[in-house]
Amino acid sequence: MTQSARQAVDAAFQRANAVRAGADGLNAILWSDAKAAHNEAAEVDHRIAKGDVGALAGVPIVVKDNIATIGSPTTCGSRILEGYHSPFEATAIRRLRDAGAVLIAKTNLDEFAMGSSTEFSAFGRTRHPLDPALVPGGSSGGSAAAVAAGITRVGLGSETGGSVRQPAAFCGVVGVKPTYGRVSRFGLIAFASSLDQIGVFGTTVDDAAAVMHVIAGHDPRDATSVDAPVPDYREQRSDLDGVVIGRPREYFPDQLDPPIAELCHRALDHFRELGATVRDVSLPNTELAIPAYYIIAPAEASSNLARFDGVRYGLRVTDHGLRGMYEATRSKGFGPEVTRRILLGTYVLSAGYYDAYYATAMRARTLITRDFDDVFGSDVDVLFTPTTPTPAFAAGAKSDPYEMYMSDIFTVTANLAGIPAISLPIGRVGGLPVGGQLLAPHFGEGRMFAVARALESALGSEAHR
Amino acid sequence: MSVRETATRDMSATGIVSAYEMVVGLEVHVQLLTRTKAFCLCATDFGAPPNTNVCPVCLGLPGALPVLSDHVVDLAVRAATALDCRIHERSVFARKNYFYPDLPKGYQISQYDRPLATQGRLTVENVAGDPESTVRITRVHIEEDAGKSIHDRFAAASAIDLNRAGVPLIEIVTEPDIRSAAAAGAFLRALKQLLEYLEVSDVSMEEGSVRVDANVSARPVGATTLGTKTELKNLNSFSAVERALDSEFARQCDLLARGQRVVQQTMLWDGGSSSVRPARSKEESHDYRYFPDPDLPPLVVASDRVERVRRHLPELPATRRTRYREAFGLSAYDADVLTASKSLGDYFEDCARLHRDPKIVANWVMGAVRAALNVSKREIEDFPLRPADLAELLDLVAHETVSGTAAKRIFALMLETNRGATEIAEREGLLQVRDDSALRDWIDQVIAEHEHEAARCANGERKLLGVLVGFVMKKSKGSADPRRVSQLLAERLGV
Amino acid sequence: MSISLDEVRHIAALARLGISEERARVAAVELSSILEHMQVLSKVAGADMSANTERGMMLRPDTGPPIPLERPPIDFAPSMRDGFFLVPRLETHEDSQEGA
Repeated sequence: MTQSARQAVDAAFQRANAVRAGADGLNAILWSDAKAAHNEAAEVDHRIAKGDVGALAGVPIVVKDNIATIGSPTTCGSRILEGYHSPFEATAIRRLRDAGAVLIAKTNLDEFAMGSSTEFSAFGRTRHPLDPALVPGGSSGGSAAAVAAGITRVGLGSETGGSVRQPAAFCGVVGVKPTYGRVSRFGLIAFASSLDQIGVFGTTVDDAAAVMHVIAGHDPRDATSVDAPVPDYREQRSDLDGVVIGRPREYFPDQLDPPIAELCHRALDHFRELGATVRDVSLPNTELAIPAYYIIAPAEASSNLARFDGVRYGLRVTDHGLRGMYEATRSKGFGPEVTRRILLGTYVLSAGYYDAYYATAMRARTLITRDFDDVFGSDVDVLFTPTTPTPAFAAGAKSDPYEMYMSDIFTVTANLAGIPAISLPIGRVGGLPVGGQLLAPHFGEGRMFAVARALESALGSEAHR
Repeated sequence: MSVRETATRDMSATGIVSAYEMVVGLEVHVQLLTRTKAFCLCATDFGAPPNTNVCPVCLGLPGALPVLSDHVVDLAVRAATALDCRIHERSVFARKNYFYPDLPKGYQISQYDRPLATQGRLTVENVAGDPESTVRITRVHIEEDAGKSIHDRFAAASAIDLNRAGVPLIEIVTEPDIRSAAAAGAFLRALKQLLEYLEVSDVSMEEGSVRVDANVSARPVGATTLGTKTELKNLNSFSAVERALDSEFARQCDLLARGQRVVQQTMLWDGGSSSVRPARSKEESHDYRYFPDPDLPPLVVASDRVERVRRHLPELPATRRTRYREAFGLSAYDADVLTASKSLGDYFEDCARLHRDPKIVANWVMGAVRAALNVSKREIEDFPLRPADLAELLDLVAHETVSGTAAKRIFALMLETNRGATEIAEREGLLQVRDDSALRDWIDQVIAEHEHEAARCANGERKLLGVLVGFVMKKSKGSADPRRVSQLLAERLGV
Repeated sequence: MSISLDEVRHIAALARLGISEERARVAAVELSSILEHMQVLSKVAGADMSANTERGMMLRPDTGPPIPLERPPIDFAPSMRDGFFLVPRLETHEDSQEGA
C-alpha cells in the first residue's frame, strides 16, 4: 500500500467536493463527516502500523443509507426516519470495519429502496455523474454515482429486484448481487425480506469481489443466512475453455434496443474467442417475473414497513388519538411510491385476494426458480444477458409506475430465484454506459467473478466506449 | 343487576337451560420456561423495570431480524408429544399483521396454516360423575407474545412496556369437545398439571404465563350440528372461565329459547359484575393478512429430535398416580392428592426416600404439611421445612425417641423457629423419657393428685387407666413413653 | 381486475395510511392499472407447487448476551416517561384483547 488510510480517505473527500457529490450537486451523498472518517482512518493506520492489515485496510467505502451504521444517520431516504441514528450496526458494516475499510458516507436511494431511478428519495433525486438531467438508476443510485464519479472505488448497495445491477449498468461500474443468504441481512432495513440482499459496487470486478469476500459468510443473527464456506473469489482465468455460457432467448426480445443487442453480441463474441461455448437456452417463465415480483415485494414491504408507526422511534405526527397518530405519521412519513406499494401489498394479502395474488405469485416464483435449475442443471455454467433494456433515462421520463417497474425486467429474476448475478460495463450507446449481466447458480459467485473478469479484461477499454 | 342477568337467573331456575347443551372449545396460551425470548436473547424475567429487557429485535428496530431459540422448539415439542399430537417435520412461521402500540413490528410472529403439531388429545380424569373424558387437541403452535399496554398510569396516554414482547408462547387449541363449565375447568386443571410436570411452563394465570379464551355455543339437546359460537375473552382465572361459560351459555339459551339468533362475536368477561358484554369490534380486526414470515425459513423438526424429547419426557401425572399406588401402597385418593402438583409429589417422594415408611410420610404431607401451607398461603416450593427436615422428625417418631404427641408440637416449633427436629426435642425436653424412676415420680404425683380415679381404677374400672396415662403424659409435656407409663401404672395399681 | 375506491379506503385503513380522498381516487386508478398487468399470472393459478425443499432454519441456543443497544430507547423514542413509551390513550382498551 502506497497510500495511508488517512490519505485515501482525505482524497475521497477531495474528490467528493470536486464532483459536488452533496445536495447541491449529484446529491449522491446524504450524510458524511470528513473529520470522523479521518479519525477512523487514523485508527486504521495505527492498526496497520501494528501489523494488523485487514483485507480492505484503508479502503474508503460509501454505504447506501438503508444499512444500519453507528456514527451517522440511517434514514432509508425517508422522512419517517429523518434524523434517526441506529443504536446498532449491520453485520456487513462490522465486517468491513474489521477488515480495515473506512466508511466515508451514507448515500442516497429511492425511499426504502423502492424505485429504479433514485428519484423517490425524500432528500431529493440523485443525478447521473455524466449528465445531471439523467437518473443514475436505482434504488442504490447514490452509491453507484459515487463510485462512478471516482469518490471511492467501492460501495455498498442493496438489491431487491436489481437495485445494484441496474444503477451499476446506468453509471458504468460493476455491480454484484450475491446468492440469497450469502451476505447477512442483519442491519439491512428490510424492503422485501425474501428478496433483499446487500450488494456491492466496484470500479472493477476485482474491487467488487474483494468487498464481497469480506462481507459474505454465515451470521447467526440472520436466520436466512446460509452456513456455507466462502470460497476464494480471486480465481483468474486467462481463457474460458470448457465454459458454457447460456444466452437465454427471453432476455433478447425482438424489441430490445438494437445498439444494446449489438454490445451484447460483441461481448458474446469475446466469450467465444476466450474459448467458451455460447449456447442458446430458454427460461420460459420469464414473463411471469415482473408481475410476481410486484406482488411479492409490495406484500412483504407492507408488513415490513408496519413498524414505522411513530411509537418507538422515527417521525411522530400527532393527530386525533392513537389512530390519528398512526395515520398522520405514516402519511407524512412515507412518500408516494412507498405509499403506493404499501397499498398494493396490503391489497394482495387482504382477505379474499391472497390466493389470487400472493399465493399465485409464489407459484410463479417457484417456476422461475425451476427454469434456472433446469438450465444450470444441463451443463450451462453462467448465463449472459443485458442488464437493462435501455441506458440511463431522463429524470421524470417514467411517470407511469408500471413503465418504471419494467426497467427491472432483466434483473428481478435473479432475486426471485435467489441466484447471484453481476453487471459489468460492456460499452456505451450515445455516450451512456451499458451493462452486461452474468447470472450463476446458487453460491456460484466464484465462477461468476472469474467469467466476469475474463470478459472485463477482454473488453479492455472497449467497455467504456 | 342487568335485566339480562335477571332473566338468565330466572330461566336457569325454570330449567330452560337444561333443554340445551353447552359446546366449548378452548384456546390456551402458555408461556414457555425459557431464559431468553423466542426470537432474541433478551431475558424473560418477570418484573424488570419497563423497557429494560429489550434489544433491537424485540423493539422492532429497523434492520433487526428474528432468530428462534432451540429451547422453544424443544419445550413446544415436549408439550405436543405429551398431548399425543402429530409433530410435523416441517412447520412454518407466519406474520399476523395488525397495528397495536405494544406490537413492535406491526405483526406477531405465529404459526398459521402449518403449525408445529396437530391431532392430539388429553384425557381428563375425575370430572364429577364422569370417570374419564377425552378432549381432542386441534393444534399446538409456537408464537411470540406482545408487550404490555398500561392505560391507567398517565392521563390521556397509554404506557407501553416491551419487556414481554417476544416472550415465547405455545397456543393449544382444543376441538369443541367440552360439554360443561365444570368439564372446562377440569380440562384446564389437567392441562396445567401436565404442563407443570413437563416443566414447560409455570402455568400461572396471575403472572400472565397462561391465558385462556373460550369458544362457546349452545344447541338443543340431541342436536348434532353446532350452534353459532361466541368467543369469551378476559378470563383471568380458571374459575372465571367456568363462571363466564355458565353466564354466556345462559345468555345464549335465553336468546335461542326466545327464537332469536346468537351473533358471532367476542364477549368480554367482567369478573366484578359476573357478567359478559360484547367487545367493541374493530371494523377490520379480522383481516390479519397472514403470510409466511420471509425472515424465518421453515422450522424442520427431525424425527430424531422428537425421539430425543420423547425419551426424556418426565413422568406424567397418570403414571405417577399408578406408581404411588403400586410402589408405595397408597390409596387412590392419597395418590391423587399427592400428585396434584408435581412439586407436592416431589416433596413427598424426597421425604419418602429418606424416611422409608411412605404411608406415614403420605399422612404427614397430606395432613400437617398441607394444613401449614393453607394457613401460610404458601406453595410447597417455599415451604420452610424441606423433605430432609420432615424425615428427621419422622425418624425420631419411628425410633420412639419422641412420641407422636410431641412430634406435632415439634413440627409447629420447627416452622416457628427454623430449627431441626432433634435440636427442638432436646431443647424443649420432648425426648421420650423411658427412665422408670423418672416415670414413677410422675406416676406418684398423678396418683396423689387424682386419688379418686386411681382408686376406682385399682378397683377394676380399667378404662380409667388410659385417663391416668393421659395425665402422666401431660405432666411430662408429652415426653414420657406412653406404653411404659401404662405398664408401670398397671403394676402400681395392681391391675 | 380493478380496485374500487372503497377497497382503497379499506386497505389504506388496514395499513394505517391516512390518504386524502383525491389521493385515494388516483390510487384506485393506479393500482387497477398495475393489477391489470398481473393477469398473466392467472395461468399458474392453482398449480401444485408443494416443494418442501427449502432448507430448514438454523436455531440458536437459549443463552447469550442480547444484541446491545449503543444508545437507550430514550435517545430515539418520540415520547417516553418513567421508562415507558407513551402513545395517545386508546379509545377503547378492548383492542388489547385482540390478537394475543
